[in-house]
Amino acid sequence: MSSRGDVRTYSGSRAITMLCLFVLYAPLIIVTIYSFNASRSITVWEGLSLQWYADVFWGPESGKFKQAAINSFTIALIAATMSTAIATSAATAIVRGGRFRLRMASLGLISLPLMVPEIVTAVATLIFFNSIGFTRGYLTILAAHIAFCIPFAYLPIQARMQGIEDTFEQAAQDLYATKAQAFRRVLLPMMMPGIIAGFLLAFIVSLDDFIITNFVKGAGVETLPTAIFGSVKQGIKPNIMAISTMLLVVSIAMVTISYIVGKKDNST
Amino acid sequence: MPDTRNAIDVRNAVKRYGSFTALQSITLSIRDNEFFTLLGPSGCGKTTLLRMIAGFEDVTEGEIFLFGEEIENLPPHQRPVNTVFQNYALFPHMTIEENVMFGLEMRGSSRDAARKKACEMLELVQLTPFSARKPSQLSGGQQQRVALARALAPQPKVLLLDEPLSALDLKLRQAMRSELKSIQRETGITFTFVTHDQEEALTMSDRIAVMSAGRLQQLGEARDIYERPVNRFVADFIGETNLLDARLEAVDASVATCRLGNGLTLECDAIGNARPGADVHISIRPERMTLAAANGDPWRGTVKENIFVGTDVQTVVQLQGGIALTVRTQNSAAGVATILDPGTEVAITVEAGAARMLED
Repeated sequence: MSSRGDVRTYSGSRAITMLCLFVLYAPLIIVTIYSFNASRSITVWEGLSLQWYADVFWGPESGKFKQAAINSFTIALIAATMSTAIATSAATAIVRGGRFRLRMASLGLISLPLMVPEIVTAVATLIFFNSIGFTRGYLTILAAHIAFCIPFAYLPIQARMQGIEDTFEQAAQDLYATKAQAFRRVLLPMMMPGIIAGFLLAFIVSLDDFIITNFVKGAGVETLPTAIFGSVKQGIKPNIMAISTMLLVVSIAMVTISYIVGKKDNST
Repeated sequence: MPDTRNAIDVRNAVKRYGSFTALQSITLSIRDNEFFTLLGPSGCGKTTLLRMIAGFEDVTEGEIFLFGEEIENLPPHQRPVNTVFQNYALFPHMTIEENVMFGLEMRGSSRDAARKKACEMLELVQLTPFSARKPSQLSGGQQQRVALARALAPQPKVLLLDEPLSALDLKLRQAMRSELKSIQRETGITFTFVTHDQEEALTMSDRIAVMSAGRLQQLGEARDIYERPVNRFVADFIGETNLLDARLEAVDASVATCRLGNGLTLECDAIGNARPGADVHISIRPERMTLAAANGDPWRGTVKENIFVGTDVQTVVQLQGGIALTVRTQNSAAGVATILDPGTEVAITVEAGAARMLED
């Protein structure tokens, strides 16, 4: 039964909802469907085929994509791990550090990069590497990714930590645990859903980043987004759709894991 | 030197937060093996004192001794006292058994020894069938018992309980009172219990410390505090009472004669050094007065209302001079026979020794 205030009673709400869902998902669905197209055309359907997936793995561009995928995944893995570790320390300090003077300032400084236009961060990072004379390549991408992933990892961890009362650590210390033991045995496991969510978010953001990566990557080192962009410049082939679909599957898997972790925690 | 036979000795303990003084020089001793209660309204400093004993709050000034050993500078994990927290603070990611084992393992017990002891403790609180569950799968009362088992498992020298029953419903709270008391007797561990519920304090405690506004108001056995409160705060906070303003007329040996504002006089035990002519206060418990049909006695008034509260009936009687007294009559055949309708004139008899003179 819908009550008077139910949004479903507003006229046109169903149509607007449908329109929004269509705009959001139609391109993704089309890309996914056409990645299975037997044709070289990206608009004409000629039957079901896995040829473009085969092309990604064994075709003429497969070497380039394979290297890009390795770069992307290793960078995402290392950057997400490092930024999550830093974000966890930061959240512990800011949420549990009492009322220190620069508490609000620290919080602002950590979250600010989320609001700075990415192009500004990209240019700034490039200038930074140039001015210290650091050769651009894999390591510059990694360093930049660690830095810009921190706020993404930080937010879910902080949200989780604010829901944990400090009596749990007090109870642990009351039961003869040192501060370090209380952190490791009690606080850290309780923060874990937030840490996992932060890690997954950082991983996806790193995997997906184009602008900053493109600025700091240097010649010859590609990640999947920059490799795809490079390919597209020479004309869109259906193999790009196949790669995009595979990336989409990875993202959906990550989101699903994050959802399951959150769900499991609520039910126990 | 503090008495090493006392479980806890608090000496001139002061707690200040900036310019706010939460505790003003508290000195008290908690004896070994007793059920000791810190009782007071919220904000009186009772929880602060408990947290100072546990080690969660620094002591601004003063000392705290545990069996003669000075502990106020030790971190919480080095104090052999354990706490049952108000919200239980059970570790949600551990099973009930792991929760109870935690303190034992942190103290260095082997896993097997800790498991064996945890089994014993869960048996004591009758939760053996639940040992493999997570805290969120237990009811509030069961969680409360797990918190108790977890805190008792390492055999602390003193167990601190911070309003542990306040989250339970009435029936469960009453059952837990006697269970707590019997566990205390069985284990022989000193319990220090914090509560704002005077009934809880009266029914469980060997001794009670009544606190208000950061000060210790009175310390004594339950009956002592109820029958012989030292000031208006204690008389009013513990149980119900009628507080009346009076003037001390005369002191003869140990008997003081006080005159109320309406001219009626009362005799009570003389206390303190109040001189005749001083303003004092009188406390009379409602159950220490009886009603009868008016008979010309000066202690008479008009029934304003009768309030039925189940076990007894509270009758508000309006005396001359704007004084109203509440009288409690037991809900028995004999008691109910003395209840008169509102508007009727009634005589009040104050039992001998029922009036208590208070200076403050």
